[in-house]
Amino acid sequence: MPAVSKGDGMRGLAVFISDIRNCKSKEAEIKRINKELANIRSKFKGDKALDGYSKKKYVCKLLFIFLLGHDIDFGHMEAVNLLSSNKYTEKQIGYLFISVLVNSNSDLIRLINNAIKNDLASRNPTFMNLALHCIANVGSREMAEAFASEIPRILVAGDTMDSVKQSAALCLLRLNRSSPDLVPMGDWTARVVHLLNDQHLGVVTAASSLITTLAQKQPDDFKTSVSLAVTRLSRIVSSASIDLQDYTYYFVAAPWLSVKLLRLLQCYPPPEDAALRGRLTECLETILNKAQEPPKSKKVQHSNAKNAVLFEAISLIIHQDSEPTLLVRACNQLGQFLQHRETNLRYLALESMCTLASSEFSHEAVKTHIETVINALKTERDVSVRQRAVDLLYAMCDRSNAKQIVAEMLSYLETADYSIREEIVLKVAILAEKYAVDYTWYVDTILNLIRIAGDYVSEEVWYRVIQIVINRDDVQGYAAKTVFEALQAPACHENLVKVGGYILGEFGNLIAGDSRSSPLVQFNLLHSKFHLCSVPTRALLLSAYIKFINLFPEVKATIQDVLRSDSQLRNADVEIQQRAVEYLRLSCVASTDILATVLEEMPPFPERESSILAKLKKKKGPGNLPETNDSRRNGKVNGSTEPSEKMESSNQCFPSLFADLLPTNRPRPAPSSSIMPSAGTVVSTHPFTDVLNLNPAPSTGASLLIDVFSETSIEASTEMSEDSFHRFICKNNGVLYENHLLQIGLRSEYRQNLGRMYIFYGNKTSAQLLNFSSSVTSSDALKAQLNVQSKAVDPVIEGGAQVQQIINIECVSDFTDAPALNIQFRCSGTLQNISVKLPVMLNKFFQPTEMTSQDFFQRWKQLGDPRQEVQKIFKAKHPMDKDLTKSKIVGFGVALLDAVDPNNENFVGAGIIHTKNTQVGCLLRLEPNIQAQMYRLTLRTSRDTVSQRLCDLLAEQF
Amino acid sequence: MTMQFMLLFSRQGKLRLQKWYVPLSDKEKKKITRELVQTVLARKPKMCSFLEWRDLKIVYKRYASLYFCCAIEDQDNELITLEIIHRYVELLDKYFGSVCELDIIFNFEKAYFILDEFLLGGEAQETSKKNVLKAIEQADLLQENLDFQMRLFSEPE
Repeated sequence: MPAVSKGDGMRGLAVFISDIRNCKSKEAEIKRINKELANIRSKFKGDKALDGYSKKKYVCKLLFIFLLGHDIDFGHMEAVNLLSSNKYTEKQIGYLFISVLVNSNSDLIRLINNAIKNDLASRNPTFMNLALHCIANVGSREMAEAFASEIPRILVAGDTMDSVKQSAALCLLRLNRSSPDLVPMGDWTARVVHLLNDQHLGVVTAASSLITTLAQKQPDDFKTSVSLAVTRLSRIVSSASIDLQDYTYYFVAAPWLSVKLLRLLQCYPPPEDAALRGRLTECLETILNKAQEPPKSKKVQHSNAKNAVLFEAISLIIHQDSEPTLLVRACNQLGQFLQHRETNLRYLALESMCTLASSEFSHEAVKTHIETVINALKTERDVSVRQRAVDLLYAMCDRSNAKQIVAEMLSYLETADYSIREEIVLKVAILAEKYAVDYTWYVDTILNLIRIAGDYVSEEVWYRVIQIVINRDDVQGYAAKTVFEALQAPACHENLVKVGGYILGEFGNLIAGDSRSSPLVQFNLLHSKFHLCSVPTRALLLSAYIKFINLFPEVKATIQDVLRSDSQLRNADVEIQQRAVEYLRLSCVASTDILATVLEEMPPFPERESSILAKLKKKKGPGNLPETNDSRRNGKVNGSTEPSEKMESSNQCFPSLFADLLPTNRPRPAPSSSIMPSAGTVVSTHPFTDVLNLNPAPSTGASLLIDVFSETSIEASTEMSEDSFHRFICKNNGVLYENHLLQIGLRSEYRQNLGRMYIFYGNKTSAQLLNFSSSVTSSDALKAQLNVQSKAVDPVIEGGAQVQQIINIECVSDFTDAPALNIQFRCSGTLQNISVKLPVMLNKFFQPTEMTSQDFFQRWKQLGDPRQEVQKIFKAKHPMDKDLTKSKIVGFGVALLDAVDPNNENFVGAGIIHTKNTQVGCLLRLEPNIQAQMYRLTLRTSRDTVSQRLCDLLAEQF
Repeated sequence: MTMQFMLLFSRQGKLRLQKWYVPLSDKEKKKITRELVQTVLARKPKMCSFLEWRDLKIVYKRYASLYFCCAIEDQDNELITLEIIHRYVELLDKYFGSVCELDIIFNFEKAYFILDEFLLGGEAQETSKKNVLKAIEQADLLQENLDFQMRLFSEPE
């Protein structure tokens, strides 16, 4: 390489850069920059036309100033002028400026695009490349609009120079990523695939990136690339290192291209063609073999390049997950790397083994490295490597090694870096729960977690232990004993106090027989921690105390004293004060029976996904977690080592493995209506009875406890309740109505023109509801359109009990009105009348219909009669969240059609309304306008009444 | 291989080159740069060259007084990225003749041009050292005699 004239002799620029470097302070630098900016501005504004060289120099200075981190708000025009210079370096600087400082000024974009167009048409490869680089660097929508159809043409044209093809391929890739909708697929796709056969390895390299990106989106269109990629790869791996000349990198043949080809193959399943498949397996074997050969060079570049290909090959082997021998060989190779002296390789081996652990063929092989991985956890000096070791231990964990892994993670936690403690806590909590055969071990583990890393134990973790203890009665006594012992420590973490308070409040009676843990001892122990705790914990302890009053009448007086003390009754915190007042009053006025009912043991929690798991997923982001493969691993791998029956039965015996502590706000099962959680008080906005606030209290509805306090009975209103009608338009289940006596829950199912509704009546009082009757009435017009039959219910509902009523519905023709549900009963001598609008709407009889964009618009046009279309423009009543909107539209009953509307922000749906007499096809389109916070909703169906009704119903939802 | 961005910065934390392959606002770019420079400079010499950062993988290597730092996606290959960095250093070295930080400061535009010939849209465009340098050389010659070059290119090579 000859010595080059660096900086093209822009002496002024060099002087300016020197000046900046010599500035002693930030202030001096800013001063110098401002002086220069003023100078440049005056030059640009001056009367004298600047020559190209000066323009280039000043633009370059501006660029330098911008790259230093200062804002630049002028000079764009001069840069655009440089683009049309016929001096290469001027053009080049112009393009660089545009690439770095993209400006959305539309006039400029037009000028820039013009210049690019000229250069693309120039047939001068150097100019064409500059233009293509600029498009690839900016990648804006405007450029995609202008050039997306031109670039494929350049790419596949026979007379295009190789270097231009390379730029065009990657330019197209960038546009496809930023504006995929603007890049047209077409004849060129087949020709692009054939670039994999090109003689020029640079072209193949660039093309393989493009093809990989396109194949990820439309695998079918690029299927033919598989055989070409295998052929190419096979030629590379079997070549002698000198064959590929300059594409050989430190004795490794075309490492970048190899990696890209291996990556492309990961877009597809293993080839079906046996010969091709054999050829690919051969390639992968050759790559694995080469790893065992002595290195051809001692340089780290040699081993890096070689191993880069090896790791990508292993990724492909894991992706295919079909060749047990290859998987085991890969695992052994990674095992060697686990002990390599290069930190980088140890890191990557741990990372790669994580994915290998989820394959049924290699899970066992991965497990054999457990000691090495544990050792890595203890001895690695770099936290990012230790983090990988934690991840791998988590991934390789199963029933056989769970105790060892959890123990090692716990002991590592004592010295772990602060940055990864929370994640380790979550992982330990999940593993301990997932693989617990013996739940005493689980309880011990979680309490250890709190002891070792209490600050990092999030709410989810301690909620979870409580939920599990409540749901499993075989562990409750042990849990009570263990927390009691743990609380003996003079200094214990507040989270332990919370768990202790909750568990003793529920199950303290199980250990109260022992004089060393008598009720009073338990209470004194808890109360000794009280004053050191935060307000929420103290509130929780107060709830534990009221539970004690129920469990142990002998400590009632002691606890009442505590509740009565000024530090509670007159506490500055409203929650504490309120709990103290209410609990004290409750303990004074309520009979033993009422206390026993109100303060009954918590019912089991419903099943849901573990909130801990959800949290870990959120922390790590999707796709980054071994759990994604868990089901497969549990089903197959564990199944191969243990009888599958055992797996199933262990799942059954603890179904809430993935249950969430926080139940949804759905109709409560009967037992829970007898206890506190559903109560909200009139005197406060806080649902005070909900000890942990674990159950979200309904916003309406008076507390059962009100009766205890006030003895007043409220006359039931007889006016029709419509409040919840709209909440059921897009969903089928939920609480329809609730007052202080009665809760009405609803579950409904619809198929075609038929529906069935289950109505649950929950008696919230402890008294009987007598002469209970419920009937459904319809207006005369509605009777002809909708057939409703209800079965009678039992006339008596016991205190705290729930009864069910089934209603069968048939849709005869489209309708607007809704039937009414009329309920009548007697409670404590007072007659109550309740009338609720029954949420049966036309959209319930939707069957979703999937269709292509073409079909959609064809039908849309067919329904073009103005009477068939109803449109509404309205203001958003709720936050304009895309996912929420989607779920509402799906809940409404239509199929949500993706990629139909050219505007990505719009929602399009289709469905068919089934009535006995006819079927009505329906298309809808919802266009949000975020800026205006408005929506436009358009419905098209063959019947005007249907369009109108559906539009009215759906418009309510946003 | 999808590189999201590449940063070059000095031991003192001064940014020497920034190349972004994803659209981000200036504010975001500055924030990312600040955070990453801090994170990388805090690491000890013997630590591994990879780290997880947000949902990206960071691959970095120090050459004399300069840190070269790339952000790649979850599925991407760390080792080959490390060699992308090395190849770029080789290209700079060959072009400037034993490159040092000052070369990149005073000829920053050249550093960008060389990078564009090597990587485009976050992907390797031309991995042959000879071919990249030939392209840059031709460009340098172009500035000497543009008319001559124009005639040269209008004829088939």
